[in-house]
Amino acid sequence: MNLTLATRDGFIAAEDTRSSSPLAVRGLTVSYGQKPAVFSVDMTVVPGAMTAIIGPNGAGKSTLLKAALGILKPLAGQTTVFGQPVAACRDRIAYVPQRASVDWDFPTRVIDVVLMGLYRQLGLLGRVRGAHRAKALECLSRVGMEDFATRQIGELSGGQQQRVFLARALAQDADLYLLDEPFAGVDAATEKAIIAVLKSLRDTGKTVVAVHHDLSTVAEYFDHVFLINTRRVAEGRVEDVFTEEHLQAAYGGRLAGAQMDQLSGTLG
Amino acid sequence: MIVDALSLQLGYNATLVTLGAMLLGMAAGVGGTFLFLRKRALVSDAISHATLPGVAIAFMLMVAFGGDGRNLVGLLAGAAASAAIGLLCVSWLSTRTRLAEDAAIGAVLSVFFGMGIVGLTVIQTMKSGQQAGLEGFLLGSTAGMLRSDALIIAVSAALTLALVMLLRRPLTLASFDPEYATASGQNVARTDLAMMGIVLAVTVVGLKIVGLILIVALLIIPPVTARFWTERTDHVVLISGFLGGVSAYVGAALSAALPDLPTGPIIVLVGFAIFLVSLLLAPQRGVLAAVLRHRKFQRRVHLRQGLLALAQGQPIYENLTLRLLRRAGWALPDGVPTEEGRGRAGKALLDEMRWQLIRRDPSFEAAAAHYDGLTPIERVLTPDQITEIDSRIPAPQGVGA
Amino acid sequence: MMGAEFVPLSLTPLLIGICVAVACALPGNFLVLRRQALIGDAISHVVLPGIVVAFLLTGVVATWPMLLGAAGAAIIAVAAIEAIRRLGKIEPGAAMGVVFTTMFAGGVLLLEQSDTSSVHLDVEHALFGNLESLIWLDATGWASLLDPVALAGLPVELPRMAAALLAVAVFIALFWRPLKISTFDEGFAQTMGMRTQPLGLALVIVSAIAAVAAFDAVGSIIVIAMFICPPAAARLMTNRLEHQVAWSVLFAALAAIFGYVIAGYGPLWLGYTSSVSAAGMIATVSGVILAVTAIFGPHRHRGGAAKEA
Repeated sequence: MNLTLATRDGFIAAEDTRSSSPLAVRGLTVSYGQKPAVFSVDMTVVPGAMTAIIGPNGAGKSTLLKAALGILKPLAGQTTVFGQPVAACRDRIAYVPQRASVDWDFPTRVIDVVLMGLYRQLGLLGRVRGAHRAKALECLSRVGMEDFATRQIGELSGGQQQRVFLARALAQDADLYLLDEPFAGVDAATEKAIIAVLKSLRDTGKTVVAVHHDLSTVAEYFDHVFLINTRRVAEGRVEDVFTEEHLQAAYGGRLAGAQMDQLSGTLG
Repeated sequence: MIVDALSLQLGYNATLVTLGAMLLGMAAGVGGTFLFLRKRALVSDAISHATLPGVAIAFMLMVAFGGDGRNLVGLLAGAAASAAIGLLCVSWLSTRTRLAEDAAIGAVLSVFFGMGIVGLTVIQTMKSGQQAGLEGFLLGSTAGMLRSDALIIAVSAALTLALVMLLRRPLTLASFDPEYATASGQNVARTDLAMMGIVLAVTVVGLKIVGLILIVALLIIPPVTARFWTERTDHVVLISGFLGGVSAYVGAALSAALPDLPTGPIIVLVGFAIFLVSLLLAPQRGVLAAVLRHRKFQRRVHLRQGLLALAQGQPIYENLTLRLLRRAGWALPDGVPTEEGRGRAGKALLDEMRWQLIRRDPSFEAAAAHYDGLTPIERVLTPDQITEIDSRIPAPQGVGA
Repeated sequence: MMGAEFVPLSLTPLLIGICVAVACALPGNFLVLRRQALIGDAISHVVLPGIVVAFLLTGVVATWPMLLGAAGAAIIAVAAIEAIRRLGKIEPGAAMGVVFTTMFAGGVLLLEQSDTSSVHLDVEHALFGNLESLIWLDATGWASLLDPVALAGLPVELPRMAAALLAVAVFIALFWRPLKISTFDEGFAQTMGMRTQPLGLALVIVSAIAAVAAFDAVGSIIVIAMFICPPAAARLMTNRLEHQVAWSVLFAALAAIFGYVIAGYGPLWLGYTSSVSAAGMIATVSGVILAVTAIFGPHRHRGGAAKEA
């Protein structure tokens, strides 16, 4: 049995990759109350690839993402984006929060939500011009939602809401896309549409990181995985890291044998 | 004077009112706990403000039918009726329209209050309205109260308390665990209704003592205070009732002794003083305890991360980590571990490896759930188990290499 | 009612009433959408202690000390609510209940204990306001609007209230986008570099400014009706924030106009000789508007498509 201790291994050799990585986290600890949700985690995201953050429920997947972005305040640790502090790189990051984190009864239309993605261009008082609207519509059409532009957001299905969120992120023209559970509670068609968009982003050199919970699609959708269960368990290419051994380490007893058999076809 | 008041030496009326206030405070403390545990504390604010139009209309009706508009029972009945209507409006707005409960509460409390003010200005223009004294219902006034009124307040406060004690069991269950209560055959909608009935009763009885603007404090402050002292629902109920009784008793007695001080504000401020002490000093949930605990916890996290970094020969980036390591005597200013630090780091790394091993072994699932990066493994495993785990560690890892 | 006495007796209270209602309704839209409607409740209750403390410190009832006192009280209240919520792990509603009742009780007590007989500051005035008293004695008719001498005698509340309305409107217009985005999706707003916490605090302070300016006219409790009822009614009329704000301004102005007119002239029409509380009637009318939209408003139901008329 090849035991690699999942902490800070190979750190020094990786220093160069780290400074150019789209998202590099080191020694990150986040705690709700007295129990750390994420403990001393290092992560170095590979540029131009799609990375899945996976782990059991409550393993700190979303927490890791939010703390890296500064939405949550970490107890310890640092984050760099393209080698710089997050605050200096806002224009290069697009974040897609969990769909359930907002109130969809908010009085606004689909296109207005997408236009929110252009905030950093528009500023406080810049007028929304035809070009901005055209850009928003183009982003909507990339997710197959152009016909819904003037709909009230509360009328959308879960899958449609998720596509609108993705369109808003597309409008940001970022280099790094961070998505929190983009496939949670969406229909199969939406899942296909979203993954197609994400793959096209990757193919144009963008970096995509998504919190993901469906182990059966990891190998099909992603190039890299980051396994977490409070600590980092493993990180690397799907074929190297998405193995029964690592999954067992991340999920422990929570991954039943039957599930394992089901996965066996997709494991690296 | 104050001592006289606290020992109930200020005459029959004042004594009745003070005792009534104490009973009411107890009822409010207990009843408010259920509201607080159901996270609906501010519904009581809508209920209390919604009493005002009822008071005004009852006064006008009683005068119109040739009676004395100041009849306390009549006024309180009017208050109860309009408060019930206000409550219905809140629940209708928040269930039948897209408005959230907070907007419904705010709308009902302010609109009903506005209607009540309109009613009061109408009464002021009536011949019998000049000395109606209805303003006393706003902030509470017990000075110069009729003996019969004092008696009514004392008796109805006692009845309210009896009602609360009667319903205590089902309400505790429903507010602690609504799902379990439903499963065990309790009608939660009905207990909710009973809870609102208690709040209504407390509000109406308290109108004359505390006033409608501040009665909500009697329902909110004691349970919030009690929560600091215990984790158990049944204890919260008792402590809250006790605290409510104490603050109302002290407040009413002070106000009887010093007639310039309106009763309501005094009771609220006494309750708040107890709250503040609890917030700061409560042993588990108090601020002081929490601050100390958090700092200790942060130090543990940084030390542990620092030791793991030392064990693997990695540089330490955070100044706080290095400072703590140095203060513990485990590292030198340049980040190189001391002899003791080397030992500690080795132990931390070994601990971590053991944890990683049991976390991937389903047979240790229960123990592995305790993992938080900090707990020493000896705390969850027996020495035999540790020996067994250690046998699985492959090659020895270099420490401080 | 458009007779010669309209300008001196009714014009200024009416204008002040409209300014009050609109100045409160504007930030109220965001408070309602942020599920912070009761922050409006809390703010309006703590305006009283803020003003009383300002009076005790300066010895005068003047605009700036009052504004600063009330804004300071609002900040203290919000900070205290936040502190109690976090430190004690208490739900926000209960934390609010503790803070605003205590501060209000403190304000009442200070007011009762201090000598305010020389100034226009007492508990009842603080609770209901006195819109009717804000009359323009120097006016003789519509011509006075062009008469500089008469204009100099305008009640100071009118320019003060107009300035407050302007300040509120400028704030909302300037920060429209961040307010909208952070109200909808705070986490996203943070990743866009918006400082959502200071922005939320600024919204509370602006609401406090509206509340203190309105305090004179309608008192500290009816202000809550102006914060909540017009925006809530407006929400039931439309599904777009821009339109909602426009509706809320319309509803606020309607409530002020009809409330004032009914309070002042309604009893006369019914054969009585004296008027009723204008502030109370304005709150009542705003409640009626909310009731009508709650029954008939095209977008009164959650989710699902509204029927196209």
